[in-house]
Amino acid sequence: MLKEGEVRIPSGCAIAAMISTEGNLMTGEKIVKCMVPMHDRSNGLGGGFAAYGIYPEYKDFYAFHVFFDSHDARLECEKFLKEGFEIVKSEDVPIRKIPEITDVPIIWRYFVSPMSSVLSRLQLDDREFVSRCVTKLNTKFDGVYVFSSGKNMGTFKAVGFPEDVGRFYRLEEYQGYAWTAHGRYPTNTPGWWGGAHPFSLLDYSVVHNGEISSYDANRRFIEMFGYHCSLQTDTEVIAYIADYLLRRRQLSLQEMAWIVSAPFWSVLDRPNTREAEQIAYLRKVFPSLLLTGPFSIVLGFTGGIMALNDRAKLRSMVVAEKDDVHFVASEEAAIRAIEPDAENVYAPIGGEPIIFRVKEGAF
Amino acid sequence: MVIDAKNKQFNELNRDIWLSNTEGKIVNCLGQRFIAAGLKDKSIEIEGTPGNALGAYLNGASIFVNGNAQDAVGDTMNEGTIVIHGNVGDAAGYAMRGGEIYVAGNAGYRVGIHMKEYKEKKPVIVIGGRVGSFLGEYLAGGRIVVLGTNRDDKPLVGSFPCAGMHGGKIFLYGDISAIIFPSHVHTKVATTTDWKEIEPYVTRFCEFFGFDKNRFIPDNFTVVTPDGANPYKQLYVAN
Repeated sequence: MLKEGEVRIPSGCAIAAMISTEGNLMTGEKIVKCMVPMHDRSNGLGGGFAAYGIYPEYKDFYAFHVFFDSHDARLECEKFLKEGFEIVKSEDVPIRKIPEITDVPIIWRYFVSPMSSVLSRLQLDDREFVSRCVTKLNTKFDGVYVFSSGKNMGTFKAVGFPEDVGRFYRLEEYQGYAWTAHGRYPTNTPGWWGGAHPFSLLDYSVVHNGEISSYDANRRFIEMFGYHCSLQTDTEVIAYIADYLLRRRQLSLQEMAWIVSAPFWSVLDRPNTREAEQIAYLRKVFPSLLLTGPFSIVLGFTGGIMALNDRAKLRSMVVAEKDDVHFVASEEAAIRAIEPDAENVYAPIGGEPIIFRVKEGAF
Repeated sequence: MVIDAKNKQFNELNRDIWLSNTEGKIVNCLGQRFIAAGLKDKSIEIEGTPGNALGAYLNGASIFVNGNAQDAVGDTMNEGTIVIHGNVGDAAGYAMRGGEIYVAGNAGYRVGIHMKEYKEKKPVIVIGGRVGSFLGEYLAGGRIVVLGTNRDDKPLVGSFPCAGMHGGKIFLYGDISAIIFPSHVHTKVATTTDWKEIEPYVTRFCEFFGFDKNRFIPDNFTVVTPDGANPYKQLYVAN
């Protein structure tokens, strides 16, 4: 057998996303099809999807998707949940048994609502409470991985190629106004269920192609605020950074982009750089949240998505549109696979956030 | 001979190309990589969206794409011609060492990164529209021409052009006052000799894409070359 270094594996993760700005619902079939031309960018060690708007009947409840290593782990988790949440529904996540997906853990979902008595005792708002509980479950409970915890959205991920993961989770049976997708080619870290993308916390989800060379600096900073990176993949920290900057610090998406993919100081020094003062301020306040190294990411959130490249644009990404649907993908061919007549194909420049939102009231 | 690329893996598609006659047309192309890699003496037309590294190591063949191409077009190509009727992604002409690439539209980041020349082997890239950042990064040889015909009100050239450039020539058409060049390159208005050097390629560009050659006035070209008195030393780290 050839060892690593003796064989060249042409690869790089794949990301894709689609969103209807009119809030029209789309089944998961298309986003799965979109990943097919990019098959060779993954190596079967991880695939996943995030879908928004899929649980309208439970839209007021947090939807927890959880991997359990054992039934005992599930019982322990439920014991903990019952102390702080009302559980309105608890069930297996429906799957299709296929030979391509093996070593399947117990995959469960709960629709929960934090108890108001607990919130008032702890003096926390519900999102903060949920975020803390998810962190606690993921770090203090053996064999429990909460990999999705938002309202009216869900993350679906597994070890396998994305097309197979989509069939495995029966994504054609869900309808969402926005979908993101990932095909994984793990380079430095193990390919395991918890390490597949998207990474999510509350309704924020991140799919990522690249490698964060600043990971440890970012991790040390974000862990000061109660997050804990436990999933052995650099992308995890981006999800927590998004939650920290957008929810806790109430910054805008543009401000988040300026922080994580900040323009070089030499660019800010140029006389005609717009908003240079504001960007420089943010760089100084959050220097440890600059993400260095190559990346293209799609951040999903309730009502929208944001696509972003690293400032030197070391990973490819294009966007395109057709009527009310906007597409993002690592390769144009992926978009053409589901929308041959896509228009306005555009490659965003490094650090330029591309934000699509569903129109007000439509989600 | 028409080759239907639908549902074909890149290796099957390339095998079909190798087995085809001297002229071939690929239809329903969708993301297959390495198309025509190393191909010597054929002419291939492509309908659809070819995948990354189109014409990698190309060794004399011609490729015509009726649409956009993705990243690393002509990666390390040695000889031949690639003509793209749309836009190309990043790193077009990556480490190219010979042959010609013509793009009607725009190009992404790092056009001609580490392109090189040796004796009669002088690679040429002509981009009809605008280009992204890091144009001609680590350029060691060859010619890059950026014509700026279709800019959508965006800059002709992105940030950090010519980073680490130590050979070759870049020709930019039109106003370059907004472009910030590094100190290790030198810019000047093209002389008649400079123009003669790229005239055949600009002519071919116009023939391929139906432009009137007279719209390109030789005096409006700027030539960028490495500054021999102040050579490139470093970008990222001192060592």
